[in-house]
Amino acid sequence: MHGRPRKASNPEEEAASAAKAVKLRSLQSQFMKNHHDKIYTEEAIELSMKLLEINPEAYTAWNYRKLAVEDSLSRIESDPNLVNSILDEELRVVESALRQNFKSYGAWHHRKWVLSKGHSSIENELKLLDKFQRLDSRNFHAWNYRRFVVELTNRSEQDELHYTDDMINNNFSNYSAWHNRSVLLSSLLAQNADGFMPNERIPDEYDLVHSAIFTDPDDQSGWFYHLWLLDQTLNVETPLLTSSWPSHGSTINLSGAGCLNGSSSKFTTFCSESGSFPLILYFDQAVGGVSSSTVTIDSELKGNEDLVWEPISYKNSQVSCVWVTHLKYVSSDPCEYKVKIRVGNSPGIVSSRGHNFRAPYEFVFTAHVHDTVKDSQEGIVSWTDGFDIWDAKSMDLNSLITLDQLQAEIDFKWRQEAIDSEVECFGILSDSKIGNLTLARLLMAREAMLSDDAVKGVRYEEILQLYNDLMALDSSHYQYYKDEHSVAFLHKVTSSSESLSRHLFRYRGMNNLVCLRLNNLSLSRIASVEKLLFVQMLDLSHNELRSTEGLEAMQLLSCLNLSHNKIRSFSALDSLRHVKQLKVLDVSDNHIGKHSVDTTRYLCSSPLSNSEWSQDDVGRQNPGLVTKYWDAYFVLRDLKLKQLDIAGNEISGNEFSSFVLQVVPKLVWLDGQKLGN
Amino acid sequence: MFFYMQILDIAGLQNEDGSFSGDIWGKVDTRFSYIVICCLSILKCLDKINVKKAVDYIVSCKNLDGGFGCTPGAESHAGQIFCCVGALAITGNLHHVDKDLLGWWLCERQDYESGGLNGRSEKLPDVCYSLWVLSSLIMIDRVHWIEKAKLVKFILDCQDMDNGGISDRPNYAVDIFHTYFGVAGLSLLEYPGVKTIDPAYALPVHVTNRILFTK
Repeated sequence: MHGRPRKASNPEEEAASAAKAVKLRSLQSQFMKNHHDKIYTEEAIELSMKLLEINPEAYTAWNYRKLAVEDSLSRIESDPNLVNSILDEELRVVESALRQNFKSYGAWHHRKWVLSKGHSSIENELKLLDKFQRLDSRNFHAWNYRRFVVELTNRSEQDELHYTDDMINNNFSNYSAWHNRSVLLSSLLAQNADGFMPNERIPDEYDLVHSAIFTDPDDQSGWFYHLWLLDQTLNVETPLLTSSWPSHGSTINLSGAGCLNGSSSKFTTFCSESGSFPLILYFDQAVGGVSSSTVTIDSELKGNEDLVWEPISYKNSQVSCVWVTHLKYVSSDPCEYKVKIRVGNSPGIVSSRGHNFRAPYEFVFTAHVHDTVKDSQEGIVSWTDGFDIWDAKSMDLNSLITLDQLQAEIDFKWRQEAIDSEVECFGILSDSKIGNLTLARLLMAREAMLSDDAVKGVRYEEILQLYNDLMALDSSHYQYYKDEHSVAFLHKVTSSSESLSRHLFRYRGMNNLVCLRLNNLSLSRIASVEKLLFVQMLDLSHNELRSTEGLEAMQLLSCLNLSHNKIRSFSALDSLRHVKQLKVLDVSDNHIGKHSVDTTRYLCSSPLSNSEWSQDDVGRQNPGLVTKYWDAYFVLRDLKLKQLDIAGNEISGNEFSSFVLQVVPKLVWLDGQKLGN
Repeated sequence: MFFYMQILDIAGLQNEDGSFSGDIWGKVDTRFSYIVICCLSILKCLDKINVKKAVDYIVSCKNLDGGFGCTPGAESHAGQIFCCVGALAITGNLHHVDKDLLGWWLCERQDYESGGLNGRSEKLPDVCYSLWVLSSLIMIDRVHWIEKAKLVKFILDCQDMDNGGISDRPNYAVDIFHTYFGVAGLSLLEYPGVKTIDPAYALPVHVTNRILFTK
């Protein structure tokens, strides 16, 4: 089936092949008769062996042999010599079958079955494995079998690590050995075993993997191991709070649905019909256990005991980087309130890898509750008119993007040294793909670890240039480098108040909403959202975005412009279901409906991924349309949109528009037209 | 079919750790997890098994390169990755996948010269990986990281233009297995004239939609 050259067969070959088939068929039918009649005589057993010699993948024959063995064992009353000879015979049959096909699933499993009966020595098995590893060092059956034997005989992880040393030194182009090494090493590091402290061990491993990468930069064997080492260097086990909204030291204005009387306010204004505002916690990794006992709120705002915290994540998940609760306020009760949040007040916040959020972290902000004066405006939101430039002087952005990470407990020195050393090494490989890519990743890692604001942001130009070079050097993976470029670009934009404020505006039309403009930047990927939680209006138009993955954390977002991007379906907008404030959405001039293959089909919570869903009237009355426009149905029905633009997509048309109006009955503006009653 | 499902003790084949044995002889492999989950989902009786445990077992087979193997600790392999990603997709658990890490591993399966995909590093490209790797990339929304046109060319180059059928590699013997995977790959690459298939089930989309959207 694999690896047979295509050639016209001549009469002799065809005759030989036919004869072989006749023999095989005869053997098979005789064998099946023995199997069905449960005949376990010597001849019958020998017949099964003949079959397996020709076709080691005759799975039923292996199962028959197991039945025959059990039958034999039941007759001989556990005479150890007889037992051994029976099981030895099975091992011999397996070995002979493996000589025919050393990748036979059935043969390897049969051997495991024999061994599970307590038969054969570890020496024999390791010798056998050596034979097969020499034939093919990538034979995963052999590697799996090796792990099985190791576990069965309690061979130490250190010994097995030495084995990978031997394999790698023999031939570095052995991904299987690198993989095995990563499994063993990560276990030893996690146990804090003797001689396996990360700060000593990881730098040694970098030296080892250099042999693989520098000898032949095109050989992939060491690439993924190196990336894993980078992850071990960069990622701290203890979860940290990356950002919050409101952030430490900030002041927010709160009012009722009517919003404030027009004055240009210094601070973020949040208007709410429900009389509550979100409190967002953004961690550096997915955590669980955020609750009103692990996060305490100290404030005079009434009615905020026992708050419910929700993870912003896919339905089935109880962990997330982003957690939200809603604090109530009464707008008829204008006053200034200090709010103190204590994250990690009691133990319970745990990362998905099992590490606890340790030091309690406190932050304080001021909530200024205002009386509602004006009636709410229902005018159409424009993305072009009514914007004021952000007054960088009047507004202290630093209070909005403070990332006050408590890093005292983290052992940074060896990490920074390791990264610096790697940066120096990889500078040499500047004309290879893996050299450039690794260097770009190392520089990004270094930026992430810097805490000195003065030095931050300096290397981003170099990183962006590396990705540009890679797009030319390795054009097959152009889009991969493009995505990484967009991520680096957004990190650069958000690296300082000064660069971020160049993209910030105020929208007069909705009481000076904070608007971030990131349009016309060839962005193919969203990033740095943890620094953008304060944004209420976001213009991402005229980019190359394929989905809204990442935007789910932006709980304040009420207006989003995604026109002129590469969105292929509503399923790509699934993350917006978490953005409960969203009122205005523009997805005009995208590719919705253009492609038959939906690449976000399973990243959207729907019946396709066996998500529970409750039938509503629209579903009952229009089952055909719901099936046809299923993703638009599931995404739009969870939102309370007032304004939607969908023109310029292949899906647009009367049928879709009228379906949308059924799913979003409270929509006021569709494609720029005010809807009648 | 439903009648026979009552008799077949699928739940009995699920082990304590959530894995599935292929039969009474106990061989465990994530391929079996996928088969069970895929079949039971189509038959709308996923409740016959402990889905949470099944998912936990699959996640325990996740490797440090973002891929999945047949058992915990086993090397990542495109076929096993398809099975694990497919099973996680069907059960709504793709949040367990590091899409960027796995996406990079998968997109590096593409051979620069031929445009074909291999199943692991330093191995030869093979048409069957046009399904395993391609579906996996599509399910995690990273298929734009490979060069699709080159892959289409590779699949078409594997055709036997005289006798028909598609082989594993150009100028090798054709078989039904690779013919199917080649056509499925072309469907996932939006090749004109080929019906769209669902990446998790490899069934036509109109079939999966009809089955799964009917309450």
